[in-house]
Amino acid sequence: MYVLAIDTSNQSLGVALLEGDRLIAHLTTNIAKNHSERLMPAINQLMEEIQLTPDELEKIIVAKGPGSYTGVRIGLSTAKSMAWALDIPIIGVSSLEVLAWQGRFFHGYVCPFFDARRGMVYTGLYRWKNDRMVSVEPDINILMDEWLTKLTAYQEDILFLSPDIETYQTAILQKMGGRAVIPDGPFGIANASHLAWAGMHKQAESVHHLTPSYLRLAEAEAKWIKKQKECQENG
Amino acid sequence: MTKDVYVLGIETSCDETAAAIVKNGTEIVSNVVASQIESHKRFGGVVPEIASRHHVEQMTIVLEETFAKAKLDWEMIDAIAVTQGPGLVGALLVGVNTAKGLAFAKQKPLVGVHHIAGHIYANRLKQEFAFPLLALVVSGGHTELIVMKSHSDYEVIGETRDDAAGEAYDKVARVLDLPYPGGPQIDRLAAVGEETIDFPRAWLEADSFDFSFSGLKSSVINTIHNAKQRGEQLKKADIAASFQASVVDVLTEKTFRAAQQFNVQQVIVSGGVAANKGLRKRMQTIFQGTGISLLIPPLDLCTDNAAMIAAAGTVAFEQGKRSGWDLNAHPSLLLS
Ligand SMILES: [Zn+2]
Repeated sequence: MYVLAIDTSNQSLGVALLEGDRLIAHLTTNIAKNHSERLMPAINQLMEEIQLTPDELEKIIVAKGPGSYTGVRIGLSTAKSMAWALDIPIIGVSSLEVLAWQGRFFHGYVCPFFDARRGMVYTGLYRWKNDRMVSVEPDINILMDEWLTKLTAYQEDILFLSPDIETYQTAILQKMGGRAVIPDGPFGIANASHLAWAGMHKQAESVHHLTPSYLRLAEAEAKWIKKQKECQENG
Repeated sequence: MTKDVYVLGIETSCDETAAAIVKNGTEIVSNVVASQIESHKRFGGVVPEIASRHHVEQMTIVLEETFAKAKLDWEMIDAIAVTQGPGLVGALLVGVNTAKGLAFAKQKPLVGVHHIAGHIYANRLKQEFAFPLLALVVSGGHTELIVMKSHSDYEVIGETRDDAAGEAYDKVARVLDLPYPGGPQIDRLAAVGEETIDFPRAWLEADSFDFSFSGLKSSVINTIHNAKQRGEQLKKADIAASFQASVVDVLTEKTFRAAQQFNVQQVIVSGGVAANKGLRKRMQTIFQGTGISLLIPPLDLCTDNAAMIAAAGTVAFEQGKRSGWDLNAHPSLLLS
């Protein structure tokens, strides 16, 4: 049984292939280049290398966000159409959970995050428990400042993982002091083999119902709702 | 006997999520369009991010319905055609990546199609082409005159220098407080109004087949504004009729002149604005008895759909055109 995992939800692009529960191929790039042009060639290259044809795939796992709206949609459009055409199960995994897996052996909490600009982040709180990466605080789009205040209530050490760690490193250390653990090196970049593993133990979803996890309304919609509320309050 | 060719088409360049299966480039087997008009109505226009979100939610549902209606399976499909551009980049990306996912999964040839080529080939689903032909593609995003001497051979002889005709319709509709989408509303009002105001016609240089609608749009807005300041109330229907007369005059005159100059056998009118009754009527009148046959597709093939993409894609596929796995969306793709 072969499993294909796809992650284009943020700047890094990841593809992994499993045979059963054995990793057989895995590719990560972390460059600011177009996912739409590069995803399918990457899948094709890996599958050619191990001489695998698409009809041998039995499951597709995809990172469903949060992250770049466009990036998330490129991954989901590809994964959903493949799963639908091959009539095989599809599983969506939070892009934050995938990143949290880099803290698989950390004793304490794991806080993955992506920069969402203007002081905002996409983040959540996770912890490894009973052989699973468990969500402690659900994924959220929040001001980093507000989020860190919330995290001070947790007594144990917290591992911060992010491709955008530099932007917030000072703020984290200021607020969390010695309880913040910030690794350097490759730990802030998601790994598609982790995505594959995370997805292996989750329930498959209906291909039609699997939608991106944006964690944020489209700007026009948010404005519209705000305006409706104001109108209601004033009238 | 040669084998029938079945092409699956996918179109997501704006606010319609569409898929279709077409036989031999001329016959619709199934054609499914999920319109998002209701979602964009409250914003008074298409919001790109919301369009993209709908596409990714609707795409596989639309595909499933397309295959169910066609009553045929993947074995029969010879190729997959998808709108590569022009259009909204985020919206296009959903279609392009869906098409690549399908083509890779089923190991089928992939063909990227230009949206305007699709609009032209919508007509071939009703009647075979006779070359040379002239196409007027007119919509919210485009106003172009194209001469074709053979299949997939496009020469753009005229295009808008500012707003597309459909864009002018939308803007004027907004000034008149008409609900979105404004084009059909103006068309409806124009039918009952009178041409009381002499709005300008932008003919540009004597030999030019280019268009310009921004001057007309400003003139309409100024006229309404000035009347309001004088305390006069202009009839909406009359404004609509006068505005539409200007647009239709320029479109039909230029098309007629180009048809004669390029000695074409056929004239094709397509794109969303080709659904306009005023334009359809004038085109029919002007080409009557000229020996040039006029093709205007039925309403559901004027607006965006995937059957037209499959139709254009079939010709490109048969000519040997193939797209690679690196096929990308091109928001401002040129017709070539
Ligand atoms: Zn169109």
